[in-house]
Amino acid sequence: MQRIGVFVCHCGSNIAATVDVKRVVETVKKEQGVVHAEDYPYMCSEAGQALIAAAIKEKNLGGIVVCSCSPRMHEATFRKAAERAGLNPYMVEIANIREHCSWIHKDMEEATEKAVILARAAIAKVHLNSHLQPGESLVTKRALVIGGGIAGIQTALDIAEAGYEVDIVEKTPSIGGRMSQLDKTFPTLDCSACILTPKMVDAAAHEKINLYTYSEVESVSGFVGNFSVDIRKKARFVDMNKCTGCGLCQEKCPSKKAKSEFNRGLNTRSAIYTPFAQAIPNVPVIDTESCVKMKTGKCGLCEKVCQAGAIDYSQKDEIITEKYGAIVVATGFDTINLDQYGEYAYNESPDVITSLELERVMNAAGPTKGHLERLSDGKAPKEIVFIQCVGSRCDDHRGKPYCSKICCMYTAKHAMLIRDKYPDVNVTVFYIDVRTPGKNFDEFYRRAVEEYGVNYIKGQVGKVVPQPDGSLLVQGSDLLDGKQIKMRADMVVLATAIEPEAGVRKIATMLTASIDTNNFLTEAHPKLRPVESPTAGVFLSGVCQGPKDIPETVSQAGAAAVKVIGLLAKDKLLTNPCTAESDTLLCNGCSVCQNVCPYGAIGYEDKEVNDHGIRETRRVAVVNSALCQGCGACTVACPSGAMDLKGFSNRQILAEVDAICR
Amino acid sequence: MSKHDAEMIREISGVNPLKCMKCGKCSATCPAYDEMDIKPHQFVSYVLRGDIEALADSKSLWKCLSCFACIERCPRNVEPAKLIDAARQAVIRQRGNEADLSPDEIPALLDEKTPQQLLVSAFRRYRR
Ligand SMILES: Cc1cc2nc3c(=O)[nH]c(=O)nc-3n(C[C@H](O)[C@H](O)[C@H](O)COP(=O)(O)OP(=O)(O)OC[C@H]3O[C@@H](n4cnc5c(N)ncnc54)[C@H](O)[C@@H]3O)c2cc1C
Ligand code: SF4
Ligand code: SF4
Ligand code: SF4
Ligand code: SF4
Repeated sequence: MQRIGVFVCHCGSNIAATVDVKRVVETVKKEQGVVHAEDYPYMCSEAGQALIAAAIKEKNLGGIVVCSCSPRMHEATFRKAAERAGLNPYMVEIANIREHCSWIHKDMEEATEKAVILARAAIAKVHLNSHLQPGESLVTKRALVIGGGIAGIQTALDIAEAGYEVDIVEKTPSIGGRMSQLDKTFPTLDCSACILTPKMVDAAAHEKINLYTYSEVESVSGFVGNFSVDIRKKARFVDMNKCTGCGLCQEKCPSKKAKSEFNRGLNTRSAIYTPFAQAIPNVPVIDTESCVKMKTGKCGLCEKVCQAGAIDYSQKDEIITEKYGAIVVATGFDTINLDQYGEYAYNESPDVITSLELERVMNAAGPTKGHLERLSDGKAPKEIVFIQCVGSRCDDHRGKPYCSKICCMYTAKHAMLIRDKYPDVNVTVFYIDVRTPGKNFDEFYRRAVEEYGVNYIKGQVGKVVPQPDGSLLVQGSDLLDGKQIKMRADMVVLATAIEPEAGVRKIATMLTASIDTNNFLTEAHPKLRPVESPTAGVFLSGVCQGPKDIPETVSQAGAAAVKVIGLLAKDKLLTNPCTAESDTLLCNGCSVCQNVCPYGAIGYEDKEVNDHGIRETRRVAVVNSALCQGCGACTVACPSGAMDLKGFSNRQILAEVDAICR
Repeated sequence: MSKHDAEMIREISGVNPLKCMKCGKCSATCPAYDEMDIKPHQFVSYVLRGDIEALADSKSLWKCLSCFACIERCPRNVEPAKLIDAARQAVIRQRGNEADLSPDEIPALLDEKTPQQLLVSAFRRYRR
């Protein structure tokens, strides 16, 4: 029998307004083993913790129950307080009488009764707690960043500057991400390449940064401080060490019909290619789908012209395994597919384009060399219509329920740039709301209206209909003037919703990192831990966590780096002692637990057992406590009741149930 | 027509007017817009305010083509045409012939004065 103390927190009025804390104290005093009970307005405060410490010492307590908020909030706080007072921290139990009780009940009578029951369950459990000791694990002082956009680049640079090794795995042939596709950037209108390229060069040149471009993460095992990652380096068919980046091969390649991914399919590229002129590394790859040599065996022109002898048609994908202490996800975004939005005629008319396509059209290295022209006939447009919120804020089956956040600003940018360079072009923007919070952001949008004469109309567009004369009929609402507008346009630009990059779900699954219904990665706490995933050792950087612009991406990238540095600076980590263990006498080696364990922590060994005097060798489950995360899946699955979780044993859980049902 | 009718119209139509974000896409889409006195996006706010009287007396009630373009395009799944459909139904009920109206009887009721759009909607409704 433990000597137990119970501490009931008011949480200001959060708990005390709904739960009669005094009555909880009086009632639990009658529970078996309870030798001390008291309440206090803020148990987590310094004074509250001092009360707990004093009671542990004075009453010689062997276990304590804190009736307060969720253990996710303050379990660690109270465990530390207990430890300082000389009590094993695993002798602390939390009864969650806030989230599970006061916040969800209105009636004081009911809530108080429930609080007592929750306390009783925790008391029953603490009687069976044992003095667990955490183990230790070493930290591999190297980080992996998945995705080489501005987010990944910035995170890697910051980690490397602190002196740690970083690898970037980027699936395309070059780092740079979406930002490399942009022409100019709001709110200052500086050229995107001019501010991005130096960072790309810094990353490539940094002695602590190693780039795996044209590579993908294949599998991940291990845990915080000790991840092991298989990386697939896709065959480039060009030797990275020999290629000088002269570009002759691309020039001579006869197969030039492949759609350029970088220019969003608006023009073509050769079969051997670098995505753009400033690509890093400046080493091309051969796209096997369009290479004549790969398809017919003939050609081989690039091999002939390459002075450096870098072409190697026999290259194969290579899988390498690396160890990391921390992993950062920075996989970014893409624009959504518009097939469902027939009303905008995107698939019908080449003159209806997305904003990302417009970035390429406006860019000097783009398909039109930076001339604003209609993609159907190359004519200069006189009338351009922008449509906001295409596929964003849609609570239907077609689009995304969220606001994409960046499009109000980039549309103002596009409108302004066009009016600046082509003052005779009329620009109309159909909007639902103009959302431009941020430093100098609203001023930027107002400039588009006041200085550049962009015509903003409040209302959505219902349909865009290509006309026989090649123009586009745009039918929209003007809600402020109470009109339905029918206007002719030469070009229509769709501010298309963004969504997380398609492969992110696979990455999240490999990392056991949580992801929301929109495929954005979930943070450990939306306010207080915004760059950490709930999975220890996994961090989030950039748009993979939620829509954001470049300034916000870069800030978050730096924040993620700080968290990684904090982790890598440690030599050892304490491991969670609440791991599973199998009873060799009960285990029948059925393998059920191994199949359910999400962390691959269970193996089997032949062990000699003495079962009631009968000695025999049996195949039994053995848990690798370094890998076990204490999820408990195996304990539920085990048909023989052999598997048990320390700190959450079957006995403890049944004791809680008994106490609740008493 | 009263507050009570607003409730009824919400119920018959299954529309939650609070979901509307006032984007105007329904009115941007509507082929009968020019002939309507109350525009599709306004149907929603009329119901929200409980001003069913005006809706019932409006020209729009009989000008809506029941093409359901607004239902198709509304980004918030509000389905404004269902409101006008329900208002039409409410008006018919008030005239007292609700019990008579069954799909089999509709052809017999065909007369020049029956607005065609009412029939389109009625067929849609009774076919469900
Ligand atoms: C049309 C348009 C205009 C914009 N204009 C501006 C502007 O003017 N100013 C501004 O501040 N912001 C602007 N933005 C926003 C800006 O593009 C983003 O904030 C920024 O690109 C986010 O960077 P990121 O690194 O998070 O994502 P990304 O740029 O998408 O980079 C992600 C990288 O990860 C790689 N990757 C993805 N999945 C994997 C995987 N499984 N394995 C390995 N690698 C992977 C991708 O190939 C990519 O290189 C604009 C956006 C759009 C669409
Ligand atoms: S940022 Fe503006 S255009 Fe983009 S979804 Fe939000 S409100 Fe619409
Ligand atoms: S509790 Fe069991 S299933 Fe969960 S990680 Fe540990 S060994 Fe695997
Ligand atoms: S259903 Fe009626 S209101 Fe809706 S678009 Fe068609 S005609 Fe207009
Ligand atoms: S389209 Fe839908 S959300 Fe937009 S105004 Fe009409 S009813 Fe409201």
